[in-house]
Amino acid sequence: MSTELNESSVPALNSLFRLQYEEAQESWVLLYPEGMVKLNQSAAEIMQRCDGQKTIGNIVEELEKAFETSVLVSDVTGFVNVAIEQNWLKIKVSS
Amino acid sequence: MSSEFLQHGLPSKNDDQRPGPPLWLLAEITYRCPLHCAFCFNPVDFATQEQELSTEGWLKVLREARAMGSVQCGFSGGEPLLRDDLEVLVAEASSLGFYTNLLTTGVGLTEKRALALKEAGLAHIQLSFQDSTKESNDFLSNTKTFDLKQRVAGLIKQHEWPMVLNCVIHRMNIDHIDKIIDMALDLGAEYLELANAQYYSWAVVNRDQLLPSKEQLESAERITNEYRERIGDRMKIIFVVPDYYESRPKKCMNGWGNVFLTIAPDGTALPCHTARMLPGLEFPKVDEHSLEHIWYDSEGFNRYRGTGWMKEPCKSCPEAEIDLGGCRCQAFMLANDPAAADPVCDKSPHRSVVDEAIAHAQIPDNERVVEHQLVFRDPKESRRLTQIATETEEPI
Repeated sequence: MSTELNESSVPALNSLFRLQYEEAQESWVLLYPEGMVKLNQSAAEIMQRCDGQKTIGNIVEELEKAFETSVLVSDVTGFVNVAIEQNWLKIKVSS
Repeated sequence: MSSEFLQHGLPSKNDDQRPGPPLWLLAEITYRCPLHCAFCFNPVDFATQEQELSTEGWLKVLREARAMGSVQCGFSGGEPLLRDDLEVLVAEASSLGFYTNLLTTGVGLTEKRALALKEAGLAHIQLSFQDSTKESNDFLSNTKTFDLKQRVAGLIKQHEWPMVLNCVIHRMNIDHIDKIIDMALDLGAEYLELANAQYYSWAVVNRDQLLPSKEQLESAERITNEYRERIGDRMKIIFVVPDYYESRPKKCMNGWGNVFLTIAPDGTALPCHTARMLPGLEFPKVDEHSLEHIWYDSEGFNRYRGTGWMKEPCKSCPEAEIDLGGCRCQAFMLANDPAAADPVCDKSPHRSVVDEAIAHAQIPDNERVVEHQLVFRDPKESRRLTQIATETEEPI
């Protein structure tokens, strides 16, 4: 399976999925062939930042700044692990 | 339709007076089809409904549905590629923000049209197969299409669409399930739907020939599970059991008027693709009413919403909210009452009808008296069967 996540891992959305904001549901959703997953707020905040450029470290830093908090590392890595299991995210292998 | 969506879709809001939006819009843009599958989901009387909405009519549907909050849009049929405005409709749906799905037999998907659909923003293609071998595929669809489907699968990969292969499973192909899975793996599908035929429309006409035995079904499930174990994440396999073999009914369409909105080729709005068979119920047309009115206020969509319409044994059943009494069409077909419990349920007083069909399915083919040959879906058969039904007032 996947290698252990660390702060320099770069998560990216699996190309089978599309992330978009749905006005009618007032939430972010993941769309895939014939299906939909509705994301809660924290999942949506993390997913939006998984752009294949930012490292987990960058994402944590951004979120801590945006929500004026700290120690989000375990929350973010925890969610990214779940999202990889669900196949929503892939870890980009650095070239 | 994939059961995924049902699992991950929004929860139904039965306690809320107002239902959520029609998250799933199924645009059945034509009933015309080059294939003649004996288990086709289109109504048996399709040939008597030849009228089709105009391009403008469909564009209006897409805009109104999206404004209400529809997210998934399926272009289906018949064969949707038989309409030459498909690219126009897909382009509009994509620019409105829909996730667009094309459900196709592959016939008509040329390199040129694939390119145009890619440019139009099509998100996904679901390609149907009838079996793993040329002989069987072509026999079951009553066409020579197997090689073409293989080529189309290549085209889908080449344009980097996620590919869902769909194979309707039944008595005549269920014993090749390993070969079907191997074929899907070879073609590089991301998802494989092994959807056992459910007994509506043409599959009812051919039920004796299509319903597998219990042994066949168990063996197919076992093989599927072995493959799942072996292939891991490489391809997701969805196996749908025929509901006759269950003891509780399916929560049909995830609830009447809850998530799914089907628009038939002539612009009739339906809670599912077969609901038009139900007696005493008018379904509104999109060129006469807004989708907003149709979904929230029409009698057609409100009649079987939630649990208020139920009779016994559903009414006092502790599981009423779980399956919402099952399928209204099946209740009408098997118990002659659309408000009855779905006879699949073992609490239904009509369960014996289902048990008889199952008992018959255990008789080996070579010990059977064949009532009629397999009836392939085509306009001529459609008119013949409609005529018989009108004369005998039998539901079809």
